[in-house]
Amino acid sequence: MNKHLLAVAGLFLASTAFADGHANTLTVYAPDYFGSEWGPGPSIEAAFEAECGCDLVYQTGDVLPRLLLEGQNTEADVVIGLNTDVTKKARESELLGDHGVDMSALTLPIDWTDETFVPFNYSHVAFIYDNTKLDGFDSFEALLDAPDDVRIVIQDPRTSISGLALVLWVNAVYGDAAEEAWARLAPKILTVTQGWSEAYGLFTDGEADVVLSFSTSPAYHIIAEEDLTKSAAIFDEGHYFFVELAAKVATTDNADLADQFMAFILTPEFQSLIPTTNWSFPAALPQDQWPEGFQTLPQPEKVLFYSEDEAAALRDDAIEAWRAAMSR
Amino acid sequence: MIRALPGVLSAALVLLLTLGTLAAVFLRADVGSGLSAADWAAIRFTVSQAVISALLSVLFAVPVARALARRQFRGRGALITLLGAPFLLPVIVAVIGLLAVFGRNGIVNDVLGLFGWNVSIYGFHGVVLAHVFFNLPLATRLILQGWLAIPAERFRLAATLNASVWRMLEWPMLRLVAPGAFLVIFLICLTSFAVALTLGGGPRATTVELAIYQALRFDFDLGRAALLSCIQFGLCVVAALVVWRMSIVDAMGAGLDRVVQRWDLNRPIWDYGMIACAALFLLLPLGMVVLQGLPGLFELPQSIWAAALRSILVAVGSAFLCAGMSLALALRGGALVAVIGVLPLAASGLVVGTGAFLIVFPFVRPADVALIVTMLANATLALPFALRAIASAVADVQADFGRLAQSLRLTGWAWLRIVVLPRVRRPLGFGAGLAAALSMGDLGVITLFAGQAQETLPLAMYRLMGAYRMDAAAGAALVLVGLSLALFWIFDRGGRANVDM
Repeated sequence: MNKHLLAVAGLFLASTAFADGHANTLTVYAPDYFGSEWGPGPSIEAAFEAECGCDLVYQTGDVLPRLLLEGQNTEADVVIGLNTDVTKKARESELLGDHGVDMSALTLPIDWTDETFVPFNYSHVAFIYDNTKLDGFDSFEALLDAPDDVRIVIQDPRTSISGLALVLWVNAVYGDAAEEAWARLAPKILTVTQGWSEAYGLFTDGEADVVLSFSTSPAYHIIAEEDLTKSAAIFDEGHYFFVELAAKVATTDNADLADQFMAFILTPEFQSLIPTTNWSFPAALPQDQWPEGFQTLPQPEKVLFYSEDEAAALRDDAIEAWRAAMSR
Repeated sequence: MIRALPGVLSAALVLLLTLGTLAAVFLRADVGSGLSAADWAAIRFTVSQAVISALLSVLFAVPVARALARRQFRGRGALITLLGAPFLLPVIVAVIGLLAVFGRNGIVNDVLGLFGWNVSIYGFHGVVLAHVFFNLPLATRLILQGWLAIPAERFRLAATLNASVWRMLEWPMLRLVAPGAFLVIFLICLTSFAVALTLGGGPRATTVELAIYQALRFDFDLGRAALLSCIQFGLCVVAALVVWRMSIVDAMGAGLDRVVQRWDLNRPIWDYGMIACAALFLLLPLGMVVLQGLPGLFELPQSIWAAALRSILVAVGSAFLCAGMSLALALRGGALVAVIGVLPLAASGLVVGTGAFLIVFPFVRPADVALIVTMLANATLALPFALRAIASAVADVQADFGRLAQSLRLTGWAWLRIVVLPRVRRPLGFGAGLAAALSMGDLGVITLFAGQAQETLPLAMYRLMGAYRMDAAAGAALVLVGLSLALFWIFDRGGRANVDM
């Protein structure tokens, strides 16, 4: 009996025993999707390990809550996958250090000079629809004017990062009239989901006609499924910019490796892995080097973006406008 | 004496993981903020949907349980197990199944569409429908157990006296069992979150648990999360007090475990009709999950099987732990145990996870103990169901055979082995099966802890969805449902081998 117990206990421990904090191990906190075998994590790990001769280990899960819970004692050397709408909290924790990376390689549609966060991919928040069933919408106004039997599914801004980006987008387009805009959209909202996955599942199941996602979502269907029926509606008013970031942890005892990884993020090697694993635009790769399905994706002419201070200041009111209008 | 220590240890573990984790979150919090108007709206919505969902679940369960108790037919045991399935489904899978039946393109609307009608599932009624779908199986099982616990001799007596079985036996039994079933389901619905949001159609359907999620994961406002969690515990205490006041004392007495014979079984159509309705309502969504998952089975990656094995290990561990803890607590008995038996229901899985993280972090790497903590937390969260099933059986044994055992000086292990275990193995197996299945589908605790190599099956499914692979995710959902049901069946079967149910 005891032998069996030991064997089970051994199973639990063995999987992590050799992942301890050796000097030659770089611990990266990453969101769940990033570290999964279908995300960009594994191929980036392989590419970096070949370069550094070290061991890169992901700890996946809720990056920011975990970092903040652990505080100074965190074993993270690098965190990746944060978004500007929540970085203010991360910066104020003073747990993150300067990255010191040369940012000249960036190819973002906006200027980026931040000393703490390095962007590694971007996209635009957008509504996706089936182009065999709908004609699409060329503006936010057109979406608000759409008949009420067009059923839209969105994510909750209180539990989802893309949901939060949407309320900031509406705020950027409509300002003080945001609540009114939400009231016009409300009859068409089929439902609100906790996260992106559930909403996108409702869309692919045919339960919803339109889903809040990203301008790069059609690339997955085009490249992985050879399905050309999914399109992003590109709005004249512009699209909210969605950028994902990485940062070095200030208390890292592996500063050299962490620096090496931060610099690696903007190399073509890392960047070329992004499109077809993260299904988003690389942050530092000229457009002519993107995969074919990405080069032809329609992109908005105008990009709307709130800095982290603006986003933090606007957030509560933007969510409240959404909640008030949707609860009527 | 052998009863004391395991009981105390079990109680301590439950208290640590419910109130202890809450305290850990409180201690780490900065200044707490008060409740906003939106919070009060969330509390009102949470309570009202929970009351109605629990009432309807119990109300519908009574005729279904009655029919199942009255009728014997081929495949009845298998049907009872299968009808329990919705309760064991992971939330996200159940929503997929429900939408395939009641959604915009679901079966119901396809049929209604022939007549030019359609119904929308989204709204308050959708939340209630989903909660009844989840909890009708549990209510049915709990009430069915009440029915099966009526001694065969009582039916004989009623038949001899030509008395109404309903008035003399069944109604008193329901007054004993139904309030408890209501309480358990009320508390389950109290901490619901993703179902309520998705089927509620938007922020009107905001529950307290959603506010806790927001506070913990988004705002990092631990004080607020702890405050909201206290409100959930407060609601739990109030509900428990109300139910206990309504409770009455069991006066059914002991039986000789004869096979029940009924003399009052006219009108079989009504009974079979009830069983058919319940089966249709509960099994159609399940069937849709299976149907939609089949094509995805071929797209599943190899790694899914390692994740499945990990989940099974955790589930079996939780099952044994949960059954053991429940038995220890039931043998100890008393008011404190009754309180401990409902506490985990009111605990927010998110607060438990966060608190447990804060407790272990100073001592070990959380990733090293991810699966063990998951096992402990799941055993604790499933404890109320197992304890509810086991406690009444143990109490019955003590009431019916305690004095006899005392006169024979039958105590300790002998008493446990000869008298108690044979009589509680049915609820024991049922409780262990529930714990295993619930643990199988759990996603709550692991998300903060998981390291690289500790993917569980629900996590793998969620990752597939996050990577656009919706078909493969549906396949993973099918595997998850199959394994949950199989585990439940094995434990439940083990509990009632050779027993008529």
